[in-house]
Amino acid sequence: MTTAAPHDVPHTVQAGTPDLAARFPGLVAPDERSGYSGWIVTADHLVQVATALRDEFGYDLLSSVTGVDYLPEGKMEVVYHAFKTTGGPGICFKVQTGRDDPQVPSLVSVYPGAELQEREAWDLLGIKFTGHPDLRRILMWEGFNGHPLRKDWQEPYYEDEAKPFKSRSPEGHVYRFEDRNPFGDNVRYPEDFDPEKWTPENPEDLLYKSLKTYQAESPDGIETDHIVVNMGPQHPSTHGVFRFVVALDGEKIVNLKPVMGYLHRNHEKIGERNTYLMNMPYTDRLDYLSPMSNNFAYALTVEKLMGITPPERAEYIRVIMAELTRIANHCMCIGSLLNDLGAFFTPMIYLLEERDLILDVFEATAGSRMMVNYFRFGGVARDIPEDALEKIKGLAFERLPRILDEMDRLMSENEILRARGIGQGVLTAEDAIRYSATGPLLRGSGVPYDIRRADPYSIYDRFEFDIPVGKNGDIYDRYIIRLEEMRQSVRIIQQALKQMPEGPVMVGKPQYQFRPPVGESYGRVEGPKGELGFYIVSNGKPTPWRYHVRAPSFINLTAFGPMCVGQKVADTVAILGSIDIVLGEVDR
Amino acid sequence: MSEELNGKGILKGLGVTLKRFLATYWDDIKWLGRRYRTAEGISHRSSKDARGIFTIQYPEEKLPPPEEFRFVPFLVYEEKEDGSREIRCTSCGICSKVCPPQCIWIVRTVDPATGRPRPEPAEFYIDIDICMNCGFCAEFCPFDAIKMDHDYELAVYDRRQNVYGLEKLLKPVSYYAQIRPLNNAREEEARRIKASTRPPAFVTGEKE
Repeated sequence: MTTAAPHDVPHTVQAGTPDLAARFPGLVAPDERSGYSGWIVTADHLVQVATALRDEFGYDLLSSVTGVDYLPEGKMEVVYHAFKTTGGPGICFKVQTGRDDPQVPSLVSVYPGAELQEREAWDLLGIKFTGHPDLRRILMWEGFNGHPLRKDWQEPYYEDEAKPFKSRSPEGHVYRFEDRNPFGDNVRYPEDFDPEKWTPENPEDLLYKSLKTYQAESPDGIETDHIVVNMGPQHPSTHGVFRFVVALDGEKIVNLKPVMGYLHRNHEKIGERNTYLMNMPYTDRLDYLSPMSNNFAYALTVEKLMGITPPERAEYIRVIMAELTRIANHCMCIGSLLNDLGAFFTPMIYLLEERDLILDVFEATAGSRMMVNYFRFGGVARDIPEDALEKIKGLAFERLPRILDEMDRLMSENEILRARGIGQGVLTAEDAIRYSATGPLLRGSGVPYDIRRADPYSIYDRFEFDIPVGKNGDIYDRYIIRLEEMRQSVRIIQQALKQMPEGPVMVGKPQYQFRPPVGESYGRVEGPKGELGFYIVSNGKPTPWRYHVRAPSFINLTAFGPMCVGQKVADTVAILGSIDIVLGEVDR
Repeated sequence: MSEELNGKGILKGLGVTLKRFLATYWDDIKWLGRRYRTAEGISHRSSKDARGIFTIQYPEEKLPPPEEFRFVPFLVYEEKEDGSREIRCTSCGICSKVCPPQCIWIVRTVDPATGRPRPEPAEFYIDIDICMNCGFCAEFCPFDAIKMDHDYELAVYDRRQNVYGLEKLLKPVSYYAQIRPLNNAREEEARRIKASTRPPAFVTGEKE
């Protein structure tokens, strides 16, 4: 495993990306820190530059917005990654601000897809986005003290800045943290804080106030009251602990706000305490229905940072596993979507059987059905055993094509599915791009954007496959696209099985601790739910300085509200089912 | 909705359901009672040719875990001919360093006569409530001393019992060879080659 710095060259404009410094002299400067790339924009001109990027240069899809706390330099940085939906490499631009009262103009007016991500950056890092229409906390609760992703924030039961902890060996006398520091005593209050006198602004009031931002129409001149209905957090249609609040005019939705964070565990803070390798099993727990994709994206990002590539056979195994994961995920998604539409469990159970056979393969190869922890930096943990390989062949060449045709017969022409799907929950192509939707949600709206084709990673450029797109951008299109994507995944697996060479599955000797060169890296894959990206900043230590997950089902929820407006309340269930969210990833 | 709702699509779907329904009985008749509670029946139901009901009737039936299946680590000891145990672990602490949730606690043995550390653990704890079954400890152990188990039925009444000490973690090599025959054979082979090509470290005095 080599750890030579891959980018020890002076800053050059990457081929195929515009020279922003020439377009905006004095306002934009190239990022010249070693290992970094992209552009640093002055905060005052951010909106102007972003508008030009979108309108002049065609970077219409703002993929990721996140912040980095550079504590030693006393700076906060907001990092934006934008891409073209026509394909090609992306552009990265940054804004820097002070740490004490960081303020950055909001980009919601240019890219509405930044809405939830800016709220997240405010919540976890305390960066204020001026001009944001609804800047509330999103993952933590109102009244939470501090911003947990700041480097000087410490959690209860805090032990050390980085793992491995010194207390474990060689003098590791076991104890439980709650025995020494009972629950309830493990919190610290600010010095001037008196819980008796503290009257927080009621978060529910804030939420309901933000719901009232719609324009109330009264065509007949009669004032109408709107009813507010809470769906969730405990509701079978939300597929987890997710809540959304709807304002209703009769049965018609006039506004909808998602509320999340019930499953929040601050994955990113944990990730910044972990060594690089330790994060691998944690990524399984993001989108636990497609763990192989999560592993894939994280491994790609760190490999980019370190400048290593896995051997041929490992690349093929990765592709096979990622496509199997896509099939398993879509089985689950279509099954639960049909469940939400009232096809009570028949399609779900039929599809779960196929998913189960795929999980059998994962269990035999990786050792676990869901928490696979299979990818390593520079390869995969072990080769596919002989019997598992036979099973994959049986699935790809015999069983799955047959079953997918059967499922097509079972569901696609069903009148109830068509009646509830066609023309419902429409998201136009322009809106889908504006709201930074990715994956089947974007393709359902007719935008043929698939990272496997648009910006190929790993060895996807070697396979023949089609990218299904929808016409109307409704629920039915999203369903039919997923069915078709499964067929395409089977095609990819068949080709990969035929081409897969013999050889090693890992480059170099496995290391449990290493120091990547200083720098940043953004890696992304086309996960089953959309663009799954990781943004990692390394400062040359064994633990990442910043570890950010661009979670597709979280960002796809930005479009959830606009999609539901004008629909009946019962359709929210179907629309949410067609977005396909997993709360492990939404809440992180 | 302009399209005609004549129910043809529903009938087509019901045809699939009927076929699956009949397949369940057909498969049962074909297997004449051997479909349930037999090893071949279970493996048939989880194969690519499975038709009909595929549920495994746990706990009466259990899926055999594949060799690579991993759940909660255990420590391997060698059984000597005189009945004594030799723990493979040298308490080097790599497993506790690589453990992502930091659930492994090791106390190294100190020789009371010399005050110097001896290569075996005095105490070894794994908090299996915290363990995330990632398998890194087994993957990075240089002595093949810690391995992942196949036993997944670990329910207890009090979660304090879930901090496993040495007596609960130690299992013989024969058990390891039984649950992971291929892995064990591969490691035995590697050890044999290493022993035959290189003198032991204590002879040459070199350090690891």
